[in-house]
Amino acid sequence: MTQLALVIDLNVCVGCHACVTSCKEWNTSGPAGFMTDENPYGKDPTGTFFNRVQTYEFGEFPNTETLHFPKSCLHCEDPPCVPVCPTGASYKRKEDGIVLVDYDKCIGCRYCSWACPYGVREIDEKQRVMKKCTLCVDRLYDETLPVSERKPACVLACPTSARLYGDVHDPDSEVSVAIRESGGYQLMPEWGTQPANHYLPRRKTRKQIHEDELVRADNPLKKEQRGPSKPISEPTLDDSTSW
Amino acid sequence: MHPAFSVIFLTTLIGVGQGMFLALFSGQTYSAVELLPTSNSARFYATGAFIALLFLVGGLIASFFHLGRPERAWRAASQWRTSWLSREVIVLPTLMMLVFVYALMHYFEWDTVLFTNAKGARLQLTLVVACFGMLATFALFICTGMIYACLKFLQEWHSPLTVINYTLLGTASGFALTTAFANLNAPELMRFYAIWTIIITSAGGITRAASLLRNAQLKPKSTLQTALGVRHTKIQQKSMGFMGGSVNTRDFAHHKTALFLKNIKWIFIVLAFVIPLLLLWLGMQRRDTGILLAAFIVQYIGLLFERWFFFAQANHPQNLYYQTV
Ligand code: SF4
Ligand code: SF4
Repeated sequence: MTQLALVIDLNVCVGCHACVTSCKEWNTSGPAGFMTDENPYGKDPTGTFFNRVQTYEFGEFPNTETLHFPKSCLHCEDPPCVPVCPTGASYKRKEDGIVLVDYDKCIGCRYCSWACPYGVREIDEKQRVMKKCTLCVDRLYDETLPVSERKPACVLACPTSARLYGDVHDPDSEVSVAIRESGGYQLMPEWGTQPANHYLPRRKTRKQIHEDELVRADNPLKKEQRGPSKPISEPTLDDSTSW
Repeated sequence: MHPAFSVIFLTTLIGVGQGMFLALFSGQTYSAVELLPTSNSARFYATGAFIALLFLVGGLIASFFHLGRPERAWRAASQWRTSWLSREVIVLPTLMMLVFVYALMHYFEWDTVLFTNAKGARLQLTLVVACFGMLATFALFICTGMIYACLKFLQEWHSPLTVINYTLLGTASGFALTTAFANLNAPELMRFYAIWTIIITSAGGITRAASLLRNAQLKPKSTLQTALGVRHTKIQQKSMGFMGGSVNTRDFAHHKTALFLKNIKWIFIVLAFVIPLLLLWLGMQRRDTGILLAAFIVQYIGLLFERWFFFAQANHPQNLYYQTV
């Protein structure tokens, strides 16, 4: 079985919102119709988005860290939003695990948005149907696109490659390897929704230096009684480099 | 959650309709086994059932205001295998049909006695229809309650008390209306209804208080730590990603202060339980339709506050992601 998903590397994300704008650009021009924006230049702008990037800070000054946090539908493996839908408009595809809304069946009752703990379903106020991330299902299988572009728009747009895309059920896929080797985790695991999208935590690269490494212990050349040159009085490279 | 008026009216109005039908059903059952005097069926049961039907229709109309695309509402009957909302969409019209048939049968007095036992207990055709109606009524209470109780991360709702409260509060308001109605049309039944209304309202008061106590002790399972996956005790949101509003900031919050919420709680306790009980008692003593009707109206208004509070109190975990602009 295939389960397509995104893996988002929080260690790399710089919070530039390129995924947000590329998502909106692709999906508002798509066959499913526009994504409503109301008062885009007015006092209280509001609109429908599939993907949003938020910013958090943790720690206490001066030891704080910034976390940019993109969030879209996580295409849960056990999606609570699907069984509650009274019309069958919300469904999870068998073939690739993408959770979709059939905009022609949806009655806009909002029940699914109550049933998603992550708040990623947004009712479109003009079209009056429920909308959410489609994982760009209209790109993934489009044979008129070059193979390298058959990916979600956000993945292509990300300037830091913080967004990986692939099959999380294939143990050798780029995403599975990243989850396995870089500590990928799921959001709100307490509800058993098993989100397919994973996040990679912020990671620090640290070098451990022991005290004895600070002092030059020996010079192999000296041991062989073969100095690199005649002893000289001013400092040499030998004083600061280990050979 | 944001308390939507369409849903507040839907749940309270059908509650009255269901309760009133249950009241008629129990009245008729009691008289069938001769525990109560038989009343004039055309006037009392037919008119009563039509009034109950009006409330059910009112609820149905209110529900359409909740839908983005009401013209497709028929589709909502398709997923009854998994969705409580879909089940409700099937049971509500079924109940309305049964209540309508029941009212017609009483009105035209199509009421063959199917069976009489030695002691004089009768089984009438209308009572058979009413039995099915009673089953549909309880099924509808369960569906309505389960729509909310089945959402496990809305912890305030995820409890059998939700279903029990919907059932008891709806039944109480329906019985209250029937009491006033009986005082006009079948005064011999008034005491019976008044006493049952007092019992059901008190029971509803106890279970509603139990759910208030339960919710006061809830500890949210989701925290900012699990929502973001960051293991740190100090996390602050700096930006929600946009400066205007969105569905996420409108649909999931009540935007009122904690004090406001607390006031609503006391208002509904007084209006839905305390005052109606006093008025019922007084109305029963004086046999005064005005007082009994006032008991129903005050209780109904109290239930509107109760429903508002029910929605506002539920804290959706998505709100963790929307704490600051
Ligand atoms: S993230 Fe929400 S909308 Fe997406 S599949 Fe999971 S529950 Fe459904
Ligand atoms: S809003 Fe649409 S997709 Fe969501 S539960 Fe209602 S009918 Fe289903």
